[in-house]
Amino acid sequence: MTTNNKELVVEKIANGTVIDHIQADRVFKVVSILGLDSYEDEVLIGTNLSSKKYGKKGILKIKNKYFTQEELDKIAIIAPTATIITIKDYEIKEKKSLEIPHQIHKIVKCINPNCITNVEEIDTQFEVVGKDPLSIQCHYCEKTMQEIVFND
Amino acid sequence: MTNLKGKNLISITDYTKEDYLTVLDLAEKFEKNPNQPILNDKVVGSLFFEPSTRTRLSFETAANRLGARVIGFSNPSATSLQKGESLHDTIKMVSSYTDIIVMRHHKDGASRYASEVSPVPLINAGDGANQHPTQCMLDLYSIRKTQGTLDNLKIAMVGDLKYGRTVHSLVQAMSNFNAEFHFVSPESLAMPENVKNFATNSGLKYYEYDKLEDVVPFADIIYMTRIQKERFPDQLEYEKVKNAYIMTAATLKGCKDNMKVLHPLPRVNEIAMDVDKTPYAYYFQQAQNGMYVRQALIASILGYADKVK
Ligand SMILES: [Zn+2]
Repeated sequence: MTTNNKELVVEKIANGTVIDHIQADRVFKVVSILGLDSYEDEVLIGTNLSSKKYGKKGILKIKNKYFTQEELDKIAIIAPTATIITIKDYEIKEKKSLEIPHQIHKIVKCINPNCITNVEEIDTQFEVVGKDPLSIQCHYCEKTMQEIVFND
Repeated sequence: MTNLKGKNLISITDYTKEDYLTVLDLAEKFEKNPNQPILNDKVVGSLFFEPSTRTRLSFETAANRLGARVIGFSNPSATSLQKGESLHDTIKMVSSYTDIIVMRHHKDGASRYASEVSPVPLINAGDGANQHPTQCMLDLYSIRKTQGTLDNLKIAMVGDLKYGRTVHSLVQAMSNFNAEFHFVSPESLAMPENVKNFATNSGLKYYEYDKLEDVVPFADIIYMTRIQKERFPDQLEYEKVKNAYIMTAATLKGCKDNMKVLHPLPRVNEIAMDVDKTPYAYYFQQAQNGMYVRQALIASILGYADKVK
């Protein structure tokens, strides 16, 4: 293994997903939201790498893992600048940027303790009312919040 | 006139300006002629998961004057809810017996959820700190009745503007009518940003004050709210501001002739008794208007608007 930072970053994986251009301070949040801390195959985590576009960025390379739309939505909510690169047989199959969805279903919890969704078994629904900073409104209690808490 | 048949009323923004006017026009007919038993074959479910005698009696009287029958409960401790039945299951059961449900609940968002579970239409009679749209409708009715119009009015709101859901809804509803808003509150209970943004985004102006006297000379409506001691993190702060938001007959010196004082009731001490005798007091009639508005809503949501005389 080389100690050269640049070479480490470009080290290739045969199959899996690369999440590039994550804001540097969000890398470990993305890791935890996707449950990669308990993922059993190889995960390369790079943070505070220099980036022309963002100053400092983070990157994740996850071997033999492809993400569902629901997982991509989670990434978009935390790291909207991220790029998702799908790798198959060392080839880049797809490269796409993320978009914050207009609506968020199920994955986020309402922070209002008096909200009915925190009492009954209800799938949560939120309307995205602001993107920068991210601001969401609960479909049920109608509270607007900037703090995003994911369901377990 | 719009057709409201089957249309839930959960949040004031569920209805359009035309919907509001349809309800108000119909309520006017009920004010002239309140006993119209056009719903003889209908059953109204009245589910008060949280007691509210005032609102419940208004709804149930409205249903009775329409000839409908009412089933339900006024106190959840007497029901299977005490045994832990979910809201979901209670609504499934009640909606199989009834044609429309009126519901009040202590949890925010409970009525929206219930309306999604229920196959019959639902009217929100208050869900926690969130919405109470029939209160807003009767406020609109009272404003139109006393001013002759809803358009281009100067509306002052006084007191606890942070937690007062009635004033939030009223800003949203009045944004359809080119209102000018004047918010009077202590700084810690100021109108929330999202409500002020709603006004701005609707192209309307609002102004903020810390003294009630400042709005008296020009307001068409002064909408008073309770200031609750519990809302203040610092009791000293409460003691400092409480008197600034108490209205007396003397406070109203120099107000416009057409000005009316509204209040969602019950009041505590924010409107002195001597205001009751002035021509500006309208809060008791305002409460009474609630019944006509609720008759109008029940009749039109059940599809009987054209039967009303
Ligand atoms: Zn909520």
